[in-house]
This record gives sequence, structure tokens and C-alpha cells, in this order.
Amino acid sequence: MIWKEILIRYGELSTKGRNKKDFISRLRTNIRHTFSDIGQLNILTERDRMHIEIENEEQYDVLMERLPKVFGIQSFSPVSICEKNLEDMKKLALTVMEQFKDRQITFKVEVRRSDKSFPLESHELQREIGGAVLSKNPNISVNVKKPDVELRVEVRKNAIYMMAQIIQGAGGMPVGSNGKSLLMLSGGIDSPVAGYLLMKRGVRLEAIHFFSPPYTSDNSLQKVKDLANELTKFGANIRLHVIPFTEIQVLIKERVPANTIMTTTRRLMMRIADKVREDIGALGIVTGESLGQVASQTLESLTAINDVTNTPILRPLIAFDKLEIIDIAEQIGTYETSIRPYEDCCTIFTPANPKTKPKVEKVNYYESFTEFDELIERAVRNREVYKFPEQKKKDKFEDLL
Amino acid sequence: MIYLDNSATTKPHKEVLDTFVQVNESFYANPASIHEAGVDANTLLDRARSQIAKILHTEDKYVLFTAGGTESNNFAIFGVPKANTHRGKHIITTEIEHPSILEAIKALQKDGYEVDYLQVDETGVISLEELQQKIRKDTVLVSIMHVNNEIGAIQPIEQAAKIIHENSRAVFHVDAVQSFGKLPIYFNADAGPDIISISGHKIHGLKGSGVIAFRKKMSIIPLLLGGGQESGLRSGTVAVPQAVALAKAARIATEQLEKSMDKYRKWHNDLIKFLTEFGDNIHLLSTEDGAPHILSFSVKDLKGEILINALQNRGIIVSTSSACSSKQKKTSHVVEALKIDQPFKKGVIRLSFGALNTDEDIDEFKKAFTSIMKELKGENY
Repeated sequence: MIWKEILIRYGELSTKGRNKKDFISRLRTNIRHTFSDIGQLNILTERDRMHIEIENEEQYDVLMERLPKVFGIQSFSPVSICEKNLEDMKKLALTVMEQFKDRQITFKVEVRRSDKSFPLESHELQREIGGAVLSKNPNISVNVKKPDVELRVEVRKNAIYMMAQIIQGAGGMPVGSNGKSLLMLSGGIDSPVAGYLLMKRGVRLEAIHFFSPPYTSDNSLQKVKDLANELTKFGANIRLHVIPFTEIQVLIKERVPANTIMTTTRRLMMRIADKVREDIGALGIVTGESLGQVASQTLESLTAINDVTNTPILRPLIAFDKLEIIDIAEQIGTYETSIRPYEDCCTIFTPANPKTKPKVEKVNYYESFTEFDELIERAVRNREVYKFPEQKKKDKFEDLL
Repeated sequence: MIYLDNSATTKPHKEVLDTFVQVNESFYANPASIHEAGVDANTLLDRARSQIAKILHTEDKYVLFTAGGTESNNFAIFGVPKANTHRGKHIITTEIEHPSILEAIKALQKDGYEVDYLQVDETGVISLEELQQKIRKDTVLVSIMHVNNEIGAIQPIEQAAKIIHENSRAVFHVDAVQSFGKLPIYFNADAGPDIISISGHKIHGLKGSGVIAFRKKMSIIPLLLGGGQESGLRSGTVAVPQAVALAKAARIATEQLEKSMDKYRKWHNDLIKFLTEFGDNIHLLSTEDGAPHILSFSVKDLKGEILINALQNRGIIVSTSSACSSKQKKTSHVVEALKIDQPFKKGVIRLSFGALNTDEDIDEFKKAFTSIMKELKGENY
């Protein structure tokens, strides 16, 4: 294998000073975490880039597969190394460029000479190495202004480093660099996307789900667990808090007028979520709400629901179209899970005509006849917590395939 | 019994049969059901699909399970032109395709489609120049088999794909029933054929199971309508046990591919040498460049059937040119296309190797064949 290290360029170049240091050390921790199953990685960090040593092909494959999903990485490149003499450099240049042998491409050689004592000047190196590549590859020509491929040669103290590929990273900020929030995870298409977008901005997530057995099945819970698990691909552990919600839902149905059930249900969910948030020390609550999508997501409804708390409610999808949300869900791989057919708790007691413009005073009035506080306490106390990524279960299908 | 008719069908591997039985016992629920048993069956089906998609270098969603090679071929031939009538009504294929291609195309011809049949040379290979000449702006489908079932000729799929994609917007279908698991197949998401057909029972899997795979999103009209299974492209409750058995057979075949290719190539070359020693009495239809697992030849002035019976008496199973055409009395269209001399037309024999054959089988065949030739043609042989 010719690749000896992977060079990582950071995202969010605007971060400065102490923030930058935090950013880098957070990214390093997240990378270690993401690859903990393939052994201890050798990571060297610099001010503007990071180097990961590659020990074997297997490690390389896993790195190439998972790095594009880690937030905080602008781009990365596999790098090859050789001795500091011109003959070896020419040889290595040919090896590195071999991956393009089936394509018609333009290229240029870019030299970075951080070891100023190296006898050959940048432009000499460019000419020599470029010449070597051109003479052996009729499919490659030079274009200095806008090349398809930039062959980067770095003359460092200990060796020559060479790379030709730049692979796009996920961008964003390392998860955890912007605090923690609680994601309301329903099992639909929107909430995982909302979670993903916040993770991309560096927010660490825990998730909360309202479960109403026997009206909703274990399959619908499994779907939510799978979604939580899928979100861990983006570089973080996620804890899922499952709230037993049946009792509260049944009581709401008895106590408030049919067209207010939906609003009151949402308000109680929000109150429970806020309690859990406080419990786990998170700062905000994340929802997948998108303006006007359903009755509970009109501005009037959002106002009535929001009325129960002062906690910041983060709604990254508020101005997204459904189709835009589906696009992202497909890209991040949660769509297929989200469209599994199982009902969630919101669809159990839905009236035919829920109010799309509830009034806060009226809702408060209807709710004032019932003591919900104790039920809320109990639901929070009796919640079940699951940790993701899950420990690998024995694969019951393995022998069959 | 020495079974040398593996291109007709193969004996299922024990592991594959075990899988089939176990899945039927434990995961028999309908994968479209939403109860737990259904979810399990569906998860298993997805895993089987994913395993095959990996082998074929395409995405999971582009792998559909069918009831076999003929259905996969029919699906491609009927489904692609009908979804692309706005682009034209011209189809290109070869004169030596399997009947599941040729008969389907004949049906389209009756519906007003214009068809060009590419000719083959004496080794059974098409000419890329002819393909280049025949391809047109309004060509909607080109279907070329990878390995011919009767003589083992290998078509230049990679170059053909290039010509087709550079000169038209036609969809390129490859019938890979005889090559999948026997030869590396040039199929991946970036280039090459757009659709391939695969069959389970040619690779020690089960009869009644096949796959059609796409390289990318495809405009295609389904052959079977109903409950909308397989992304709406192939209705009918998916046969999960067959699908999983096929995934297993495909994995085993792929893992053993290089080893078995070497083994078949050795027998192939050895037998060519052996048969050449019979001089003018033998005409080889297969060449050294052909697929290693198929060896086809003809004995002068003899009927294939006589040879088959004589070998069978000695416990060796071979076939005339193909199992499908061997019950019909007329000369096969492939043999006709090769334009071989009249005295050799009737006596075509096909040997095809499989994973269960051994060196001893080949030696036994040689012994038996020598003694038969002596019997039928006198001591001189």
C-alpha cells in the first residue's frame, strides 16, 4: 500500500484563538472515538491541519469510508511518503498519479518546501517531477490555471510527502464543540434531519421519544432506536430517553375538548422534554418542526406549545420544504428507516379537525382543571434510557448468508 | 455419475440447501408484513440484497429478485423499450443470444420494433465495427450476452459498452447467466453495461431464483404487476428463501472464482489438446480464448445424441449444444451462426464444468471418449 498517512484540513477556518484550540482537540477526540474499533490511531495535530498515520490497508479502507461523515473536516487527502532525493520523488510521483491512468486529465505540480535547506528550489522540483509524470503518461497534460488534479509535493524535515486527491469532508464543526441539546425524536422523516443539522453545527445530542404502548408497537420503538443509532454515525454517542406516555395521553383525551387534544399533547410533551433537558444538563430542545407542515406547526400552534417553557427551542427545519428535508434524509441515510410504516403516539387520538390557530388563554383554561404535574414527574422518573451506538448483537442471519 | 453438464444446471451446494430449508423454517413470514416476523424476514431479505449488490458493485436498491434468468431477460427486453418509446424503436442484439432474449425480441418485432442482429465470426464473437455501424441515435436497447451458453464464446462487453454509450442513449443489457460466478464481470456503478441478468441454478444455487441488477436508476416498465414489491418493479411476494440461497451461492462462487477459473482453464486447455489429436474428425467450436467452463466440439458425421448415449452408458453426463434446444431436432441457431461445415453440424457436444468436478472426472471422460471413438470409427482412432 502506498498511502502512509491521511492529511485532514479543518472546516470553519474562521474560528480563532482559544476556540480554534478547542475545535482541534474536540475533532481529535471525535476521530479517536469514531475509529476506536480499529485500534489506537496515531494523530498529529497542527494549527491548520491534522495527520493520521496509516498502518495497514484495512485501516485505510475504514478511514476512507468514515471520514467523509465526521463533522469539522473540510477535506482530506491520502498521502504517500518517500526519501528526500529526486529519483525517489519522480518514482513516487508516477505511483501517486497511477490512479488517473484511465482518464484524460490536466494537472499541475504544487511544491511546498517547509524544509528550506533542501537543495532543490520549488520551481526546479516542479519542472523535474512534472516532466517525469508527463513523459510516462500520454493521457495527462498540464494546466496551471485550472487543473483537474493538483499533485502536491511537500518537502518536510524528515521526508517527502505527496498527494493528488482531495476528498470533500462533511464540513461543519466537531460534535460537542457547541454544547448539548435534547432532540425530540418522533420516528418521522424530519426529526432525524433536524438532529443531523444541529450536530453539524457542533451540538452534542441526546434524544427523547414518547412511547404509548399498547397503541404503538415495539416496532415503532425499534424504528426510533434505529434512527438514534444512525445519527451516531456522525461522530458521537447518543442517549435515547423513552417516556411512557400512554397514561397522559388517555387523560388528555378525557379532560380537554377534542379540537384542543393535539395542542395540549404537544404542550405536555414539551414540559416533559424540558424536565429531562434539565436533568441531563442540556441547554436547548431541538425539534423537526417546519412551518405550516401540519396543524401543530402553524405559528399560532408553535406559540401555544412554546408557552410552557423559556428554554430555547431550536427548529433548524422551520423554513425548509418537505422535499428539501427528504433530500437531506436520503443523503444521511435515515429516510429508509423513517418511512417504515409504524404509527407513533401522535396519531393515536388525533381528532378530525384539530385547531390550527389555538389561543394560548383558552388552552390554559382547558388545562387548568387537571393536575398534570404529578403525572409528568412520574413519566420522567419512569423513563427508560438506551445508549447508542449499540453494542453489537450476535447476527442471527450470518450463517444463512 | 460424472456430471459434466453444469451449464444446463448445477447441483445445489449443501450449504445453500441448508440455508433454503432454515429460512423456510424460521423466516417464512411475508417480508411486506409489519409484524415482527415480517420485519425479520424483510431484514434478512435486505441483507441478501445487499450482499449481491456488493458483489455486483452497485447499490442495494438496484438489485431485484426474479424467478430466474428467463424472467430477468424478458424483463429487460420488454421493460426498457416500452419505457423509452419517445427515444425510438430500434433494438440491437446478436444472432447467438439465448432464446429468452431472441423470442422476446421477436415479439417486439411484431409490435413494430426494428431489430438488427449482429453476426458472429467462426469463434462466436461479434464485431465491434459492426456494432459501431449499426448503433443509431434512436437505438433504445442493446442486448449482448456475456458468455454464450452453447460454445462459451466471450463477447467484448467492456468495449461494446463504450461504443454504445458514446454513440447513443441506448440502454445496454447483458445476459450474464452463463458468466456470473464463473468469470469476472465488468459491471459497476460508473461505466459498462446498464443491466445484467443472473440466475441462481447455474452457480450451485436453486432453480427458480434469479436477479436483475441495474447500474443506475433505470426507466423500465415492470413485467409483473400487483402488490408493488421490489420497488414496484417486480410484484409478487418476494421468495425470501430463494433470495437468501442465491446470495449465499453467489458469495461462495465469488470467493472461489479465481481458484475455479484456474481449474477449469487447465481442463479446458488439456481437453483441447486431447481432442486435437483426433485430427480431422473433430471440429472445436470453443476456442482457448473462450470461457474456461464450457467446451464445445463436434464429431464428423455423427449425431450428438449417439455420443451422448454412448457416454451416458459409461456414466458420464454431457449434452448437445444446449439443454433447451437438445430436445428439438433441428440444428441450434448458434451452431448455424458459426457457419461450420455440414458434416459437423449434427454432432455437437458440450462439456461444462462445475464446482464439484475433479481431475479424475476429466480423465474418465478422456478414457471413455477414446474408447467410444474406437467403437464407432474403428481401430484407427
